[in-house]
Amino acid sequence: MNNEWPLWEVFIRGQHGMSHRHVGSLHAPDAEMAIKNARDVYTRRNEGVSIWVVEAVHIAASSPSDKGPLYEPSESKVYRHPTFFDIPDEVGAM
Amino acid sequence: MTRNEALFEFLQRMGDNTLILGHRISEWCGMAPVLEEDIALSNTALDFIGQTQFWLGYAGEIEGESRDADRLAFHRDAWDFRNVLLVEMPNGDFGQTIMRQFLFDAWHSIYVARLIKSSNKRVSEIAEKASKEIAYHLERSADTVVALGDGTEESHARMQKALDYLYPYVGEMFLSDEVDAEMAAAGIAPDPSTLRDEYDLLVQKVLDEATLTVPGNRFAQKGGKSGAMHTEHLGHLLCSMQWLQRAYPGGNW
Repeated sequence: MNNEWPLWEVFIRGQHGMSHRHVGSLHAPDAEMAIKNARDVYTRRNEGVSIWVVEAVHIAASSPSDKGPLYEPSESKVYRHPTFFDIPDEVGAM
Repeated sequence: MTRNEALFEFLQRMGDNTLILGHRISEWCGMAPVLEEDIALSNTALDFIGQTQFWLGYAGEIEGESRDADRLAFHRDAWDFRNVLLVEMPNGDFGQTIMRQFLFDAWHSIYVARLIKSSNKRVSEIAEKASKEIAYHLERSADTVVALGDGTEESHARMQKALDYLYPYVGEMFLSDEVDAEMAAAGIAPDPSTLRDEYDLLVQKVLDEATLTVPGNRFAQKGGKSGAMHTEHLGHLLCSMQWLQRAYPGGNW
């Protein structure tokens, strides 16, 4: 029997209008406790306004060994970057 | 007893409850069963120490003998402390710590909610600020009591044992004396004896969910809040909490 609590990944939104960012992980018996633990472990210095937790086993991840096929093809395709347009000064920072 | 003397007593009771329980749970720092609980308990301990600074700071002002919160915390001896006996009880196992926490949090949440409406502005402000922390403390300790009570056979047995051990210390939180009467007459704080039904409802609901049995015997150990007689545990706690200020008075960093 496995006595370890499942692992949860924690995402916190720092302020309204921002997206949730991954901040770390923790162990908890269920989702409710995971949120409480996240509150205590990751927001004690006033870091967040919203917490998401997801059980780590539910995250599908790409495999590091697939790095070549997955990412290298895009390295040589500079035309995919929208850097060839002249942007009028009035537009300001993009 | 003048009103200010009663107010000083009342403020010490509030501050000593949070100081002693805050110190007790800080004893788990670095030693709790899992990292997440360790941090959560330490956060709660820090909340209590923060509340203590307000209560004892104000107590010192009312006393008018130029004792600040630190002076009151570190330079009084066991017989000067006014905390209820429940909070000085030893940590025991983790279940006993959580049960003590729940039994206190339940009282604390009900009592401090009344203090928000206090006729004394300072008391009301401190209560308002503390109430959000207390609501979270209660939510967390109640959930953990349910999880452990309604958990494995072993965790259930430990929680029932903790409840049976600590229950005789519940009654003291609802005993009224002349200090309480004076505070109630002044509209500063409620008469604690009027809060027992609300407490019983709250506690019963959580303990039912935790599949735990509330002991039938209402016998109450007392002597903490009046200062008449603390348990032998308080002196040992003060020994480790106060030694530095006693050995090096006024020392700071």
